[in-house]
Amino acid sequence: MSALPKRILKETERLMSDSPPGISAAPKDDNLRHFDVSVSGPGQSPYEGGIFKLELFLPEEYPMNPPKVRFLTKIYHPNIDKLGRICLDILKDKWSPALQIRTVLLSIQALLGAPNPDDPLANDVAQHWKENEKAAIEQAREWTRMYAQ
Amino acid sequence: MSSDGEEEFEFEFEDDDEGFDPEADSAGESISDAEAFDIMSPTLEEPPEKKPYDVNYRVRTMQEIMDMQTKEVKKVQSLLEVPADTAATLLRYYAWNSEKLQEQFWNDPTAALVSAGLSPPSSPSTSTQPLPSPLASPRPFECPICCMDYTKEQTATQTLALGCGHRFCRGCWTEYVVGKITTEGESGRIQCMESGCSRIVRAEPIDELVTSDVSKKYHNLLNQAFVSDAPSLRWCPHPGCEHIIECSQAPQKMLNQLVPTVTCRCGNDLCFGCGYPASHRPVICRIVKLWEKKCADDSETANWLQANTKECTKCQSTIEKNGGCNHMTCKKCKWEFCWVCMGPWSEHGTAWYQCNRFDEKSGSDNRDHQAKSRQSLERYLHYFNRWANHEHSAKLDADFYKSTQKKMEQMQSSANMSWIEVQFAKQAVDTVIAARITLKWSYCMAFYLKRNNMTELFEDNQRDLERAVETLGYSLEQNIGDVGAIAKLRQEVTNQSAYVQKRHDILMDDTLRGYLEHRWEFTV
Ligand SMILES: [Zn+2]
Ligand SMILES: [Zn+2]
Ligand SMILES: [Zn+2]
Ligand SMILES: [Zn+2]
Repeated sequence: MSALPKRILKETERLMSDSPPGISAAPKDDNLRHFDVSVSGPGQSPYEGGIFKLELFLPEEYPMNPPKVRFLTKIYHPNIDKLGRICLDILKDKWSPALQIRTVLLSIQALLGAPNPDDPLANDVAQHWKENEKAAIEQAREWTRMYAQ
Repeated sequence: MSSDGEEEFEFEFEDDDEGFDPEADSAGESISDAEAFDIMSPTLEEPPEKKPYDVNYRVRTMQEIMDMQTKEVKKVQSLLEVPADTAATLLRYYAWNSEKLQEQFWNDPTAALVSAGLSPPSSPSTSTQPLPSPLASPRPFECPICCMDYTKEQTATQTLALGCGHRFCRGCWTEYVVGKITTEGESGRIQCMESGCSRIVRAEPIDELVTSDVSKKYHNLLNQAFVSDAPSLRWCPHPGCEHIIECSQAPQKMLNQLVPTVTCRCGNDLCFGCGYPASHRPVICRIVKLWEKKCADDSETANWLQANTKECTKCQSTIEKNGGCNHMTCKKCKWEFCWVCMGPWSEHGTAWYQCNRFDEKSGSDNRDHQAKSRQSLERYLHYFNRWANHEHSAKLDADFYKSTQKKMEQMQSSANMSWIEVQFAKQAVDTVIAARITLKWSYCMAFYLKRNNMTELFEDNQRDLERAVETLGYSLEQNIGDVGAIAKLRQEVTNQSAYVQKRHDILMDDTLRGYLEHRWEFTV
């Protein structure tokens, strides 16, 4: 593999030394473009108290193309599907090369605090959320207790 | 795009003498490019007069399309007193609707510029000069994308910021812009690299940043966007053809009354309304779309299954009918019932081989439903088979021409006829093929037509044309006999051909006029 671009080195360095609250990210030993990430559920959300594991990969075209991010921990959320894929605009058409790993992870954390059932990825979960928000939130809490400890 | 915007979109080409002249236009243009023998053929008629259901159109080249844009840009440039690049970006944002652009611009210039992704009037549109702050500081500039450092001097020449002030190095700009153009196919809507900034990267900096190949691709994409933005323009859909059809008489809202078939300079027909790569007259675009969807849909298969297999009303196991007898016995539960109405066979009393239960009250919803579904399938298949039959025949065009070509050569040698004298055969083939295309679509039309007197007249016309075509087709397939037989065949084919032409014109004329007179009612 070619040497890491300066941009990735700098981002990695800053993530390790000064990570945003509730977020940690570290590259794997065997592939410095592949990060182990954990995000803690925001307070006042059904994910509070949970630690969610994610994987993040920087493709060859990064930062012209967005990083690939996926939840590894099972989570009950209308914008995250069974495979852990995330529906987030900045990971798709709203991506800008000026965004960073840090901003992406902060946006994902914010998404946990503000689920949006009107732009769903997991249709059944979104449906549940719309029809009975209270029960859906309770289910999300339950999953957080079961899977995200 | 709003439908009222379409009317406003028109390019004036008043500076040349070929403006929109119905006689000099469509027919003339396509004939002048047709094959040589048509020009020389003895029966060539004057271009037909324009019918009320025909549209005027012109075939344009890419160069002409580019000239149109330049002209529009110049106009807006002088009206709004803005640079050409700004005028072009504004026009692209307003989908080349210059009236709407002017209205918005005079109403609020800053808002018009900003919403199009341009800098407000007071600030520069791009700046290669170091900005006063924070770049005025002696600290070198670090590109936020690649994290490379640039000295103060390098910043002036190797970095670039659009009017929004978001500065990045040229290397990053180039990589970004090239990716947008070559992999995403973007052109007029490439935005600043900063997240959330909607400033547009205009043509001027792009041309400067990329290689000439990419720049060429970029301008091609801009031209494509221009053509697709303009309701009065459409690309010729035929492979390898790069012409553009211009027609302002067939806007979306007219397509319920018009079938704007046009002939491109490449010799092929297309529908200006929907881009269908052949004539689909006499059917309007909307019905063609429905028909294509219906034919492609799996739901017909489901209907077939429903019509040809049924469930035993007692045990629900699937029963397939293969014989002609309607007295069914379920293999599994031995229940006996009538295939047509699904009622118990015992109710049929002594009427063993006749089912008269269709209109009986005791028929359950299920029975009615199944009977209806079978009927509708049979109806669809009736039209579809005829449609497909003509479609299939038309696909054999090339073979038909080839075998006719052979016969024409044979006639020239054995009957000592001249090249011109044998052209009647080729013209007859042209006539048959054109009529088959119309017949094909006439079955799609008939499928959707409401049953009424008008529809009956339509089907009479259809039947007459079909018979005429089959007769002529049969004559054309005859073997070439001796000199006497050839003369007779020639006479026959010429007469039959004229008759097909006449029936074809009648069907077409009556049907297309029917739209203008609101005579056709569709069930969709
Ligand atoms: Zn850079
Ligand atoms: Zn910007
Ligand atoms: Zn063409
Ligand atoms: Zn059409």
